[in-house]
Amino acid sequence: MAANGSALRNPSRPFASSLPKPCSSSIGVRIPLKPQKSRSITSAMPPPAPVSCTLTREPAAVVAAENGGRTVAQRPDCFGRFGRFGGKYVPETLMYALTELESAFRTLSDDADFQKELDGILRDYVGRESPLYFAERLTDHYIRSNGEGPQIYLKREDLNHTGAHKINNAVAQALLAKRLGKKRIIAETGAGQHGVATATVCARFGLECVVYMGAQDMERQALNVFRMRLLGAQVRAVHSGTATLKDATSEAIRDWVTNVESTHYILGSVAGPHPYPMMVREFHAVIGRETRKQAMEKWGGKPNVLVACVGGGSNAMGLFHEFVDDADVRLIGVEAAGYGLDSGKHAATLTKGEVGVLHGAMSYLLQDDDGQIIEPHSISAGLDYPGVGPEHSYLKDIGRAEYYSVTDQEALEAFKRLSQLEGIIPALETSHALAYLEKLCPTLPNGTKVVVNCSGRGDKDVQTAAKYLEI
Amino acid sequence: MAAAFKVSLSLLPSSKSPCVSFPRPSFKPVSAPKSFSSMASLSVAPTVGISETFSRLREQGKVAFIPFLTAGDPDLSTTSKALKVLDSCGSDLIELGIPYSDPLADGPVIQAAATRALAKGTNFDAVISMLREVAPQLSCPIALFTYYNPILKRGVEKFMSTIKNVGVHGLVVPDVPLEETEILRSEAVKHNIELVLLTTPTTPTERMKAIVEASEGFVYLVSSVGVTGARSSVSSRVQSLLQELKEATTIPVAVGFGISKPEHVKQVAGWGADGVIVGSAMVKLLGEAKSPEEGLKELEAFTKSLKAALP
Repeated sequence: MAANGSALRNPSRPFASSLPKPCSSSIGVRIPLKPQKSRSITSAMPPPAPVSCTLTREPAAVVAAENGGRTVAQRPDCFGRFGRFGGKYVPETLMYALTELESAFRTLSDDADFQKELDGILRDYVGRESPLYFAERLTDHYIRSNGEGPQIYLKREDLNHTGAHKINNAVAQALLAKRLGKKRIIAETGAGQHGVATATVCARFGLECVVYMGAQDMERQALNVFRMRLLGAQVRAVHSGTATLKDATSEAIRDWVTNVESTHYILGSVAGPHPYPMMVREFHAVIGRETRKQAMEKWGGKPNVLVACVGGGSNAMGLFHEFVDDADVRLIGVEAAGYGLDSGKHAATLTKGEVGVLHGAMSYLLQDDDGQIIEPHSISAGLDYPGVGPEHSYLKDIGRAEYYSVTDQEALEAFKRLSQLEGIIPALETSHALAYLEKLCPTLPNGTKVVVNCSGRGDKDVQTAAKYLEI
Repeated sequence: MAAAFKVSLSLLPSSKSPCVSFPRPSFKPVSAPKSFSSMASLSVAPTVGISETFSRLREQGKVAFIPFLTAGDPDLSTTSKALKVLDSCGSDLIELGIPYSDPLADGPVIQAAATRALAKGTNFDAVISMLREVAPQLSCPIALFTYYNPILKRGVEKFMSTIKNVGVHGLVVPDVPLEETEILRSEAVKHNIELVLLTTPTTPTERMKAIVEASEGFVYLVSSVGVTGARSSVSSRVQSLLQELKEATTIPVAVGFGISKPEHVKQVAGWGADGVIVGSAMVKLLGEAKSPEEGLKELEAFTKSLKAALP
């Protein structure tokens, strides 16, 4: 890895260099006019819009002319919207903090010192860049009887410090919190990977750390709970609701509402209110940038298909973002179908959900007829979330990315398969992406270059898997 | 027709019926015109709206007392009785919370109440049915407090027409800040629902001005940085925030979040608030009572004690 040198370490532009411009208003928002009661409503107000309305903004499809290719609109717009998705649906108390956070993020994205510090930490502490590994025996596994089949590469985010992609975002947000002068950090966690990454960076930067975790997840991921505590974090069990990631997220938001003046919330996915989906995406976009560079070096081209698991969707967004404007690269997200899509016990938000608002953003989500959030199910704690990042909803609606789902059982089989074919134990989350290869590979032309985001390692999951797998 | 009706209402005695002890049905001077109006299928609800209520109180030099309840905790029949108790004890506006699975802005007391209510099977339709029956019996207006997703699921237009039809006057949506209110407000205005916006101690002055400009009925001043729930004292920041608001607007200001005792109510009124909102303390009484009857009795006594502390 070291031999690859510095050219690869910073494989293309710094993060956020192509972000949409912030709104011009001094408070970062456009304040809608007060409706004039005395006048006819239709003349005083814009036409009553369906929920999908993006209000009066830039046209959704701004086509970039420079490369003549099809370009997905700048995302998000200045309101934090990805088409009709995203936005800021939070209590008023948080609005100032979100504005402050967005402005800090934009300032730092142009700040050479910040970039340099972040790059150094990503290299020497996180261990980037992560390899793009040719999975030879997994590739062999999918060779058809005529000798043809796709070639499968793994983007080894599991080799990052703490064992997953989550640290890319955690380390960057911790640096950002330091710049904001906030000494207390909170986070939510499902599988514990984001909690561990946050606890790790808090130890590294000397910040107080409180992690909210569903009581049920604490049981499923006992090893990660110990790791977080060992790292000096306080892990707070959340018993409300069904005691999983959604409830941990709600509790973290409540903590933030209460302590917003002293605390930074390191949200762990491309979900939540603007600017989180944009910011977390940018902090993970290094995954895709490295992939492009490495693909060029390895085979002199681009990947043909990208595959990643989607819970909130951060590892998928990190891989996809670099390639969204490359129309010839297929983007495939794989959700958790739990016991099966028809069982009602799944976390396949994009496949089965409906548009609504959860945790500050409009997106697809699992809800009942009354608009109450439905408890999802997945064997993987990291995918066990009833919502999804708003940009994924957007990419699905415009048809740019494809989303499929695999069951707990299929994920377990993939978990075992990668362990035995490649000597790599993947996280159960990652196993969902790997499981989809079973359906995908037989359909791909010979020599198709597939990159799977190997988003995390599976040590944390061996106890769970041992309950189900007969080995 | 509506205007004529309002005129006739203004001729009604402005003092409310004395607080009566539960469960004897309370005497309501306004009940006759109400039943008349519902028979006549008026599209405008019979009680006065929120703005008018505040104007009337202002003329009388009074401060509005605004209790909050979570619908369906411990059950909807108790909620319906509690609304009548609150009304007969002199509440000027009642905020009724629609239970939601993920109440981000609420502290433990209201979260738990919502969870219990949902576990009992409380849903939006049931709350609406209850209101259809109870709202016409109340002399004070009702504002619903609900998170955004249940509104979206139903459709904003349909939601507004449904709540208007059962006599709701106002709406508070704690997870929709000013920027996202456009659709809500256009539908609210159409249906004559007053959409109340919130301002908080972290809201910058310019933004606060935009919020008061857009808020209908009154502006909801969140007293502290945090979620709903009782606190031992009211932050002195509220005093300066009230002053700031008073300089910026003539719209009434009601203070809520953490107001739980007669002392708080008195203090906040003394600082110049036009209304005080008491939520978690009310919800807790009903939620922790040994029986619904006990809870209603305690609610009545508590309401009287708070009301007595107000001018």
